[in-house]
Amino acid sequence: MIDTGSPILTVPTAEGAKDQHMVLNMGPQHPSTHGVLRLVLEIDGEIVVRLYPEIGYLHTGIEKTCEAKFYQQVVPLTDRVDYLGPMANNLCYCLAVEKLLELEIPARAQWIRVLLTELTRINSHLIWLGTHAMDIGALTVFLYTFREREEILRIFEAVAGQRMMTSYFRIGGLAMEPPLDMFDRIRKFIKSFPEKIDEYSNLLTGNPIFFNRLKGVGYISGEDAVALAVTGPVMRASGIDFDTRRDMPYSGYEKFQFKVPISTDGDCWARYMVRLEEMRESVKIINQALDGVPEGPIKADAPKIVLPDREKMKTQMEALIHHFKIVTEGFNVPAGEVYQQIESGHGQMGYYVVSDGTAKPWRVHMRYPGFATLQALETMCQGRMLADVVAVVGSIDIVLGEIDR
Amino acid sequence: MSETLSNTLLGKAAVMEGLADHPAVKALNEAIPEQFTDAKFDRGELTLTVKPEAIVAAAKAVKAASYVAFQDMTAVDWFPSSPRFQLSYHILSHAQKEIIRLRTMVEDTDASIESMTSVWEGANYYEREVFDLFGIRFENHPNLRRIMMPEDWNGHPLRKDYPVEGYRS
Repeated sequence: MIDTGSPILTVPTAEGAKDQHMVLNMGPQHPSTHGVLRLVLEIDGEIVVRLYPEIGYLHTGIEKTCEAKFYQQVVPLTDRVDYLGPMANNLCYCLAVEKLLELEIPARAQWIRVLLTELTRINSHLIWLGTHAMDIGALTVFLYTFREREEILRIFEAVAGQRMMTSYFRIGGLAMEPPLDMFDRIRKFIKSFPEKIDEYSNLLTGNPIFFNRLKGVGYISGEDAVALAVTGPVMRASGIDFDTRRDMPYSGYEKFQFKVPISTDGDCWARYMVRLEEMRESVKIINQALDGVPEGPIKADAPKIVLPDREKMKTQMEALIHHFKIVTEGFNVPAGEVYQQIESGHGQMGYYVVSDGTAKPWRVHMRYPGFATLQALETMCQGRMLADVVAVVGSIDIVLGEIDR
Repeated sequence: MSETLSNTLLGKAAVMEGLADHPAVKALNEAIPEQFTDAKFDRGELTLTVKPEAIVAAAKAVKAASYVAFQDMTAVDWFPSSPRFQLSYHILSHAQKEIIRLRTMVEDTDASIESMTSVWEGANYYEREVFDLFGIRFENHPNLRRIMMPEDWNGHPLRKDYPVEGYRS
């Protein structure tokens, strides 16, 4: 039983039942909680007095599992954390380990990483838009966004062999050279995508029901957002102008021109507008990346860390030895600790990797934006109607896989 | 500024010399010169080690020096060495565009430390997570309960003496 710290179901007073607070359980199987989030709400009539997120239903102990794996074996685990943005997870972990190893990544690999990470962001935002609109009652948009998401998943499948659990970025570069038609497929998709964003916008932005459900709902000030460790689009919708891609560039983001959409309204509507704009900016980045992909290797020149090509492995003795060593013993990573942060679809993602000099990480800690954003849910919902909770939960775009880990 | 520095600085003296103008280093050295025991600049990341009793004072000092955004906090179990637990706080400065790491060590015997929630409200869940998975207590935390594991769980999974496959009963 949750101790809410205030009298529950108190005896009605002379004024009637007005100060009677009720505790309402929402989830973990509620369709609008985007997974297995349980909210314990203390309500006064229809007004939310207090709100307690209960998490951990999806806790799989991934951080503990990482400690028992070789560094390269952790990559597939990261996919499963934020399962809607697999490439971003891979990227963040690989960058962290590469920082520990002080490994130089070839330009081609960096560009393809940026390209696919931005596609991942669009993928993540499309799911958010579809489910968020569905929570509000606009079911149509869901069908539209999932149509485009399918295109992205097909590209991912062609690239990595998997639709969702891609594991395509590896320590030292990419798993393999992307298929020849990848760039054309992405170009085709991205050419028509801005129209699709307009299509969603036409369905929602002018819709009075959608507008009234979001405008002024779930307000959080920029100050509160920073204090509660909120990051990403939610923070930018509250007027804090900070984007890791622009301000602390990684993986070659400094070479791309894009705007960081912000809003000062801090409500659900602002978050909707910011994310919609972010998709348009992602399109710009992808276009730049497509036009300038450099030629060259896709893996770092580090035979003791990066698996050799299949061809080389079959023909060269040395490559075969390296292959055998990496697979059976892993590779030692110099002792030290690094914290690498990237801007994922949901906000600031960070991997804290501590090495003791052996082939298995001593500690991998994952900082995922949803975990922090959930803390702000009470601030956003307090004093608002119960029905607004659904809109706010949708607008902060949480994935329970990344919260519970 | 300091980000362009590619060499490694080990020890407080080296950091004080190499990064004398760094706002966080300066702030810590002014606020708590005694408890500010060690520093390191490695792989482009600044780590500042303070004594556990001064962690909140250190947080207040760096917060005043523009490191306003709490990002992450977690623990590392260095079992069987002593002191056993390392606590790492990652703090971002929007103005400096840099993340620093505040670090402190706590003993196993009395694994407890002052809660950071008085400085950053956002540390709430992170400290609950560390409490749950490492068994480190945070004094004056508003709601120190398990967050990931069930309330009646036995042990703290991320401790190194906890088997990966769990206890077999």
